[in-house]
Amino acid sequence: MTRKRRRLYFVLFAMIGLGAATALVLSAIEDSLVFFYTPTDLAEKDIPKDRRLRIGGLVAENSVKRGADGVSVKFIVTDLTNTLPVTYKGILPDLFREGQGVVAEGKIDAGGVFRADAVLAKHDENYMPAEVADALKKSGQWKGAPAP
Amino acid sequence: MHRFANPNRFLRLTARILPWCALATAAAFIAGLYLALGVSPPDYQQGESVRIMYVHVPAAWMALSVYSFMAAASAVALIWKHPLADFAAKAAAPIGAGFTLIALVTGALWGQPSWGTWWVWDARLTSVLVLFFLYLGYIALVNAFDDPIRGAKAGAVLALVGFVNIPIIKFSVDWWNTLHQPASITRIGAPAIHSSMLTPLVLMALAFAGYFVCVLILRVRNEIAGRKIRALRLVQAQG
Repeated sequence: MTRKRRRLYFVLFAMIGLGAATALVLSAIEDSLVFFYTPTDLAEKDIPKDRRLRIGGLVAENSVKRGADGVSVKFIVTDLTNTLPVTYKGILPDLFREGQGVVAEGKIDAGGVFRADAVLAKHDENYMPAEVADALKKSGQWKGAPAP
Repeated sequence: MHRFANPNRFLRLTARILPWCALATAAAFIAGLYLALGVSPPDYQQGESVRIMYVHVPAAWMALSVYSFMAAASAVALIWKHPLADFAAKAAAPIGAGFTLIALVTGALWGQPSWGTWWVWDARLTSVLVLFFLYLGYIALVNAFDDPIRGAKAGAVLALVGFVNIPIIKFSVDWWNTLHQPASITRIGAPAIHSSMLTPLVLMALAFAGYFVCVLILRVRNEIAGRKIRALRLVQAQG
């Protein structure tokens, strides 16, 4: 075996070993790598409910109800399997819409309502001009998020 | 492969390529910026702030590509000891760090109006910040040795170890829940981006790639000249 060949195998094995070790570590700490939990995660996984956490999903259609004071808002977050009611008091981001993704940070109260103190809009991976979005909705070929 | 690893042949070859590369890059930048900032339509959700994407996405692609290039060059340098591979890895690092910084800053500028926050510690954003620190660490390490050959060797090991971060960045949006959206272009099936926005994006990506090639050539030529000066000085000091 030449020295070049030996060095090649050494680098290859080192990279494979390093990759495997990283994969094992990442899969072991997977739960702390997620940025938010879905309502289904909350229902099925053993997640401590008494501390601050982030939840994410789609804002359910026709669920946004604004309070009389103009800043408090209630809506329902859904992952199309389970739902979670959310209350929030503050300014919502521009992209907050019914049918679009949302991430909220806060705590679940005794009544099972998520009291958010921060709300972030989650943008999906679709980019298109407004006219195209309108045309798709008219022709019934809309495949992205439900129409805003 | 040894044919192109010869520094003098590299100097002759790149002297001819460089003007054409610069011309193509300038053309792609002019056309790409014109289409991205002037012609392309506002997005149906984001409005005008979608234009940040035409800088952010190519910069992020280049941040990953340049690091992959550096890791490949480092492997070649470690295994086959080609001197040009060391030069190429060392020359690429500051360019890649610049692309990563552009991606981070433009991402924050887009995140504030769209998400409602400049920064979150989700898997994608954090792993890209780690990539930026890897670039900086590599640059510092390579320059920390008096002997450039030892510095290049230490840097090559760091570049290869840091390469595990690249698939993590790429797939972070698929493996874990993140605030950052998944890929629009490289997903299976049709790209989730309309052609009137895809064309300027592709042009900008070509411009960024062309810019990298041009600056890389300049920096490698500079590095070769620096080594020649160093060798001459060593001879002089001994003589």
